[in-house]
Amino acid sequence: MNARAWNCAAALTVLLFGFGNAFAQGFAGLGTDAEGFSVPEAGKQFQFPRDHGPHPDYRIEWWYLTANLTGPDGADYGLQWTLFRSALAPAEAEGWESPQLWFGHAAVTSALTHRATERFARGGTGQAGVTAEPFAAWIDDWQMVGDSLDRLRLTATGTDFAYDIEMQAQGPLVLHGNHGYSVKSAKGQASYYYSQPFFAVEGTLTLPEGEVPVRGTAWLDREWSSQPLAQDQAGWDWFSLSFDAGEKLMGFSLRDTAGGSFTSATWIEADGSATPYGDGNLVATPLETSRVDGRDVPTRWRLTLPDRALDITVGALNTQAWMNLSIPYWEGPVRVIGTHPGKGYLEMTGYEPR
Amino acid sequence: MLLSIEDLQKSYPGPEGPVPVLRGVTLSLDAGETLALTGESGSGKSTLLHLVAGLDAADGGRVLLDGQEITALDDRGRAKLRRNAVGIIFQQFNLIPSLDVAANIAFQARLNGTAEPRELSRLASALGLEAQLRKYPEQLSGGQQQRVAIARALAARPKLILADEPTGNLDEATADEVLEQFLALVTGTGAALLMVTHSPRLAARLGRRAHLSQGRLA
Amino acid sequence: MTGAVLSALASHWRRNRLQLLTLVLGLALATALWSGVQAINAEARASYDAAAATLAEGQFDQLVPREGDSMAQEVFVTLRRAGWLVSPVVEGRLRVGGTAVRLVGVDPLTAPAGSTASAALARTDLAGFLRAPTLVAGPETAALLAANLPNPVLRDQTVAPGTVLADIGVAQELLGRAGRISRLIVLTDQPLRQRPLAEIAPDLMLRHADGASDVGRLTDSFHLNLTAFGFLSFAVGIFIVHGAIGLAFEQRRGMVRTLRALGVPLRRLIVLMVLELVVLATLAGALGIVLGYLIATLLMPDVAATIQGLYGADVAGTLHIRPAWWLSGMAMSLGGALFASASAMWRLARMPVLASAGGRAWALASGRTRKLQAAATVVLLVAAGVLAIVGGGLIAGFALLSCLLLGAALALPSCLAAILRFGEGRAVRVMVQWFWADTRQQLPSLGLALMALLLAMAANVGVSTMVSSFRLTFTGFLDQRLSAELYVNANGVADPAALMRFLETRADAVLPTMSVDATLAGLPAEIFGARIGYTYRENWRFLDAVPAVWDEVEEGKAVVINEQLSRRADLRVGAMLALGPGLSLPVAGVVGDYGNPIGQAIIGEALFRQAFPDIKPVRYGVRTSDPGGLREALLEELGLPPSSIVDQSALKAFSLSVFERTFSVTGALNVLTLAVAAFAILMSLLTLAAMRLPQMAPVWAMGTTQRRLAGLEILRTVLLAGITTLMALPLGLALAWVLLAIVNVEAFGWRLPMYLFPAEYIRLMLFALAAALLAGLWPAWRLARMEPAALLRIFANER
Repeated sequence: MNARAWNCAAALTVLLFGFGNAFAQGFAGLGTDAEGFSVPEAGKQFQFPRDHGPHPDYRIEWWYLTANLTGPDGADYGLQWTLFRSALAPAEAEGWESPQLWFGHAAVTSALTHRATERFARGGTGQAGVTAEPFAAWIDDWQMVGDSLDRLRLTATGTDFAYDIEMQAQGPLVLHGNHGYSVKSAKGQASYYYSQPFFAVEGTLTLPEGEVPVRGTAWLDREWSSQPLAQDQAGWDWFSLSFDAGEKLMGFSLRDTAGGSFTSATWIEADGSATPYGDGNLVATPLETSRVDGRDVPTRWRLTLPDRALDITVGALNTQAWMNLSIPYWEGPVRVIGTHPGKGYLEMTGYEPR
Repeated sequence: MLLSIEDLQKSYPGPEGPVPVLRGVTLSLDAGETLALTGESGSGKSTLLHLVAGLDAADGGRVLLDGQEITALDDRGRAKLRRNAVGIIFQQFNLIPSLDVAANIAFQARLNGTAEPRELSRLASALGLEAQLRKYPEQLSGGQQQRVAIARALAARPKLILADEPTGNLDEATADEVLEQFLALVTGTGAALLMVTHSPRLAARLGRRAHLSQGRLA
Repeated sequence: MTGAVLSALASHWRRNRLQLLTLVLGLALATALWSGVQAINAEARASYDAAAATLAEGQFDQLVPREGDSMAQEVFVTLRRAGWLVSPVVEGRLRVGGTAVRLVGVDPLTAPAGSTASAALARTDLAGFLRAPTLVAGPETAALLAANLPNPVLRDQTVAPGTVLADIGVAQELLGRAGRISRLIVLTDQPLRQRPLAEIAPDLMLRHADGASDVGRLTDSFHLNLTAFGFLSFAVGIFIVHGAIGLAFEQRRGMVRTLRALGVPLRRLIVLMVLELVVLATLAGALGIVLGYLIATLLMPDVAATIQGLYGADVAGTLHIRPAWWLSGMAMSLGGALFASASAMWRLARMPVLASAGGRAWALASGRTRKLQAAATVVLLVAAGVLAIVGGGLIAGFALLSCLLLGAALALPSCLAAILRFGEGRAVRVMVQWFWADTRQQLPSLGLALMALLLAMAANVGVSTMVSSFRLTFTGFLDQRLSAELYVNANGVADPAALMRFLETRADAVLPTMSVDATLAGLPAEIFGARIGYTYRENWRFLDAVPAVWDEVEEGKAVVINEQLSRRADLRVGAMLALGPGLSLPVAGVVGDYGNPIGQAIIGEALFRQAFPDIKPVRYGVRTSDPGGLREALLEELGLPPSSIVDQSALKAFSLSVFERTFSVTGALNVLTLAVAAFAILMSLLTLAAMRLPQMAPVWAMGTTQRRLAGLEILRTVLLAGITTLMALPLGLALAWVLLAIVNVEAFGWRLPMYLFPAEYIRLMLFALAAALLAGLWPAWRLARMEPAALLRIFANER
């Protein structure tokens, strides 16, 4: 998971904070950053649990969790919990002086409904933040906490929904790209990116119609970087899929304004061993669009990865899973049929109203 | 001689310069005499009456009333003349709407200081107004109003009574009745009467007649 | 057909230009005063709304500390982490270049979307706003800031005048309140799950949105006041319009009859006449709005000063053209014209085709009208009496005023008629008798104008009594309170301890003033700590107090409160007042306080220091026999800035100047109202003049000069005005009583003693008589100079 979060945080930053000039600096060079932020470089060795915590020297970072859940009647639900960090300067300070801004997004999706809400906070006051050990990520009363990343409790509330779930990791962490160095464009923009896609989940959704006990799986993405997207990049389509046979696939397609795309994928075996695939291996083709908030958003896709004989159709559980927040985007659970049936999550950004 | 009018002239401003109304009228009237002044509309009858009454100033000629030259008087003098020497009865009655009948009858007499309660009640009863004394003009019929105007003029004991179509607004029967009472009363006072009328029938009731045509006596 | 009818109708106005002028000018004047006042109100309200929106008052619930004026910042985080969506605000006065502005620090990330703060910040470069100590303010204030502070300044039209927005961190630093917040805005949509407030923040209390906009509530009375004046002026203007329209309709009865006889349908005729009226009213309304704008522009700076002086609320001194007031002005013009013409239209619609063209006099009150008037008078005056006894609240106060004024106005013609009838009965000479009778005859026609004069005059007497009583009380109050010879502002002093030592050796007595904002009996208030000495004992006068009141206060056993607090919280001497947790004291005295609208409680210095150890004195009163010498010494030996020392006389002069400015608006509106009334009389007389000729011609013919008649006309006008003015005197005093004893108590929380000012009343009466004389002069002059021919036409046979 990177594209959607990347784009989302970048767009938030741009729209809310007038970072327009940051795009112009996008091509300034790989190893430097005009405002003193650190920039991802290949070959870094992650150190856990320290790297589960924040990296204030980098411009953007997130803790991004999605879950595919099932109720007692077999009904499918999707759940999202995200904490974004966006820095105005590569530093941390006490109180209101802190240049670290935090945003939280939470959502619950069923086949018929989609509820989403957001929170904002400044670092330094204690209203939001992340600690690595013991692990805690929070904004207001929303939190993801546990002794380690393997066992977490996750809560969030909105005006019309709430959830409280326990998550237990059933497999190892997965590093994307080149040992966690994930390239984002042909021009070389990149991020640090790893996931924990093996959570087993049990908990309760609180919805207007009542409390729903749920079980299922969850996928946590961790990513941080300083480099904005390339100027000609229009949007992202991102997939995190868990197949019934136990394998998993992370893939994204970064659309450019000329109609082309840059794709990337990670094939994850049931035991957690991962194979990265560079640009062009994964092919994502929209099959059908839905009208959402004045836009045409592809909600059925064909995905192929010839190297794994993968040819699947990915369809939204609820085509109206629109995150109508400060920065609107589409994010919701999907069902997979074809050579590798399963479930997963889809995120799409950059679809303009028409 | 009570009234002497000599070569009286009067013009009114019109859109194309002065319009002559009286072009040299000469006329005289003795005390106790009654004169009917006839003539068609616009012949200058009313204007002549107004000049004699001191209501307006003449352009030329003289008017002498009881030896006093009216035409030489200023505004104040003319007011005094109207108060003391002249009694005027208009076609439109011209009562004072804010005063009741009794006060209207006494008005001019009280102005010139000759008011006498017995005389006032005598006039009121002679004109059949006893029951109307506390009423206001707007509550009276035309005939009654004109009787009040007659009483008012006579109560002031003028030497000269001027009447401008006094029955012109009344129906024929009422007109005859009012005129009858009027003439009887005037005769009783010994005052002279100059009455403007266009009715030959009324004119015939007076002692003398003069006919005005185009601002001159015929 | 329509064109022909319209040109026939319009021909009336061509021949009666004066009538047209009366109608248009009357309507324009009425609209002008109304829309002028509305413009002022709209501007001020916009300022309050901007302020309230900037501070997120009124619109959102607030969490405020139960005691003191701030809370720790950690409370904010605790609440957020307990699921409460709240946003912190720190606010305070910041001195900038000699004046004080209200600095409001907000957290742009949590501020509610509906507040001006978030809107203003969304338009600015938020990253820059957060990273540099940026200040955001309206144009006037922004210029002030830019000239005096090093901070980057952004202009934003929507920020209220005198208010500065900043990031909360920046504001905390500028205000010297690091780690403290003043209050928390509670966002409208709260999440499903929250921990109870009492559990997580027991020291806070929830203040609901409707009760939060103190400024709006406090100033409501002031604006109701202005509106009442505007409406009074409008009513006076409508009297004029009613007269003019009534006359025009009456005079056109003949034309209407002829038009109908020629086959114009009645409905068409009425529609066209309404149309004609609408055109005229629109024209007059536009004129009135322009005039109103001018009036408002002239008055606005004073109003702004008044509101600042009375309530401490900042209002822009300049005027914007807002649809609210010009639309209301236009509506009042149209509505007023239609209202004024309704009865004339009704009569016209019911008139048979062949009705007499002459008709009755245009405004002659029939017996039925008189009875109705008498009944209305009785009802209104009884209502006024009932309201005076049982009524409560500002609205009831103004209702009482309306009933009293309207009832008195309706009673006026009957009273005048009685007086004139009495005069007529006593008259010996016939001209005198006629004079009284004729004056009475005119009453129905002049009645409306005279009612206007009565109202204007009564308002003048009432308001000048109130203002002058207020002034007397206020100067007495200043003498009581400003008893120290010098006042030293502690803010500009580098070393307060040294200043204290210096003053204690050199001055006869030092009176430190310490205060803290608090909530007393659920109302916003201030607690003062006072060093009780001979100054307090000798100078302060109580409305009610126990014996040895200051001893009790000095020993910390009792509290003195001001009248406002006493009235609003219904606290009498002997009642207990909770000043904070564990601190309740009996009220030992109630003191009159005419300097501020909120409640105050005064406790002894020792108790204050114990209860509020963090509060330092803001000002020292200094008693000395040599103020000049001590001032020099303070300047030279201690190096105090001259601006931090104010002597008593300067402070008094300043306070009085604020007071005078406060009431200059009222004064100006008063004069305007009287002028409109004079105009009403003039116009009534002018339109009457032609109709009066048949009434005067017989008198003239019976032997009176025109000059004398003209003289009587003037005398008549002055007489009527004089009687009206005399009758306005008791009405005005009743008005003053209502203002002082009811409206003031509701609006400001103080009841003022009423004083009488005979010289002022004589001056006002002379002014009213002079106005009436002026109004009567022109018509009389025209009568005196009239050609006899014009009078003779009355007698002409053709008539």
